[in-house]
Amino acid sequence: MTTRRMACILCPSGCELDVRTSGEPTADSVVVEGNLCPRGEEYALEELLNPRRTLTTTVLVRGGVGTQTSVKTAAPVPRESLAAVRAALLGTTIDAPVAIGDRVAEDVAGTGVDVVATRAIPRRSDPVDVRLRNR
Amino acid sequence: MSDRRETDVVVIGGGPAGLSAAAAAAEAGAKVVLVDRNRQLGGILNQCIHDGFGLQAFGEVLTGPEFAARVAARALEAGIEVHTDTMVTDLTSSRELVCTTSGERYPLRAEAVVLAMGCRERTRGMLRIPGTRPAGVYTAGAAQWLTNMADVRVGRRVFILGSGDVGLIMARRLVWEGAEVAGVAELLPYPSGLPRNVSQCLEEYDIPLYLAHSVTCIHGRDRVEAVTVTRFDERRLPIAGTEFEVACDTLLLSVGLIPENELSRNADVVLDPMTGGAVVNERYMTSVDGIFSCGNVLHIHDLADRAAEEGDRAGRCAARYALGPSTSRREELRIDAGEGIRYVVPQRAERSAEELLVSLRISEPADRCTAVVTAGDRVIAEESLRHGHPSTMVQMRLRSRGGIDADRLEVRMR
Ligand SMILES: Cc1cc2nc3c(=O)[nH]c(=O)nc-3n(C[C@H](O)[C@H](O)[C@H](O)COP(=O)(O)OP(=O)(O)OC[C@H]3O[C@@H](n4cnc5c(N)ncnc54)[C@H](O)[C@@H]3O)c2cc1C
Ligand code: SF4
Repeated sequence: MTTRRMACILCPSGCELDVRTSGEPTADSVVVEGNLCPRGEEYALEELLNPRRTLTTTVLVRGGVGTQTSVKTAAPVPRESLAAVRAALLGTTIDAPVAIGDRVAEDVAGTGVDVVATRAIPRRSDPVDVRLRNR
Repeated sequence: MSDRRETDVVVIGGGPAGLSAAAAAAEAGAKVVLVDRNRQLGGILNQCIHDGFGLQAFGEVLTGPEFAARVAARALEAGIEVHTDTMVTDLTSSRELVCTTSGERYPLRAEAVVLAMGCRERTRGMLRIPGTRPAGVYTAGAAQWLTNMADVRVGRRVFILGSGDVGLIMARRLVWEGAEVAGVAELLPYPSGLPRNVSQCLEEYDIPLYLAHSVTCIHGRDRVEAVTVTRFDERRLPIAGTEFEVACDTLLLSVGLIPENELSRNADVVLDPMTGGAVVNERYMTSVDGIFSCGNVLHIHDLADRAAEEGDRAGRCAARYALGPSTSRREELRIDAGEGIRYVVPQRAERSAEELLVSLRISEPADRCTAVVTAGDRVIAEESLRHGHPSTMVQMRLRSRGGIDADRLEVRMR
């Protein structure tokens, strides 16, 4: 019998789950405590059987304010493909302007998941947003 | 630009707390100016590119920059005026400010000021680690900025001193960037970062966490070559004979954050030695009338969502103060941190307050424990914690119709 503590991230309650397993985790053998709703159990089982993670990193930007923007996988990818995803993004350079949500890579490393920008980068030549300079 | 500008509310700092305060004040009808020394709004969140933000505030998982953009958009839509690339260099208790931007200085005056300057990191100088002074020693936040904002690789083999959240997040980030993280040493017998960060950032990558250990010497002439790590006892004294050496080219320090209160001191704002931030009442007003405080400058938050929520409340109160008839301060009671509690915010409350949100941290980790708020021998609120931990801020909501009938409330563990 092993106990693992994990935080359910499916809703803002962020329940801290105590997850007990003995042997192979299945819907019947896993005991979950600390969840305020049944989705916590589903989350715990998924986390034990097929853990997925969102990879966040940066890529280079040409012609922008600053040299890079941050990106993320648009959905969590299987944990074992994190390294392949990171490798696929090495050397990626995109052009400014960049808006949040712009697609940076498609079906990255065969995961079926896209990579999107998470920080807006204006063009270096663009005028500064007037609302930011109305003194 | 030397004529003195008057406005209803000035917010100092454009992180999640300041942006939310500015938005809430403007939505309440106040004319708001927000000043930030950076070019891009969002504060520290722009360099926190990992995800895990927004669950409480927006009900979805966002990265730091995405969270910042949401809060900034709300403030801009509310019609605030923003002065970026501008630092507030002075503040007086009569709410007169001096702003400095690329060589130019100009004054501002406001009916209400919201302090939202965030925090800075504790540095090596404050720790006094013996050894040489080679290159390759960074605070975790500086390393985060270099990695995420400036495309600089900080090192190939990294050791981390301190288990604060910034260091934990950076451990995983550096592994993803192809570096090796040789370990994390924490002086306390328990981690100081959030449990979810210990599991997501260290355990998942088999990075050793040495609890009750610290770095006692740094080696290397030009560049870090190794560190000596030593075990410490309960009195936090090094145990002779337990030293071991770890080869590394980089040492990151993640040993604590300090609220950035230089301006508050200039304005004679009374500070709480336990939080490092201002003493405030339930409206987030400091000891100086019309000066409010929220976010990491008030007390260190572990969730940006909470910092933003606090900013929202402080901003609404600041607008009410700025637009309302001038009233003198009403009678206040004290809220004290008792047994097992490290600190409480707010530390004061008006007796007439009908609703109170108390934020606190407990002193030691404990499972299945209960925090209680007492007035004399009456328990007026309690909160049971499944896994109580100092790294996790606890919030309790108190409601009392017709105000609070006591001189002093105490929060303690039962
Ligand atoms: C590395 C790291 C990781 C984190 N991870 C998470 C996480 O995963 N999830 C989560 O929810 N929270 C996380 N947090 C916490 C969260 O980022 C903070 O709680 C939040 O950003 C605090 O907001 P703030 O507005 O108080 O301060 P800040 O974001 O620090 O903003 C303060 C602003 O004030 C400006 N300023 C300061 N002094 C002046 C001056 N004199 N004049 C003009 N401008 C000034 C600064 O430039 C800055 O822009 C993390 C924090 C760090 C540092
Ligand atoms: S267990 Fe249910 S209530 Fe708790 S965080 Fe998960 S989804 Fe939300």
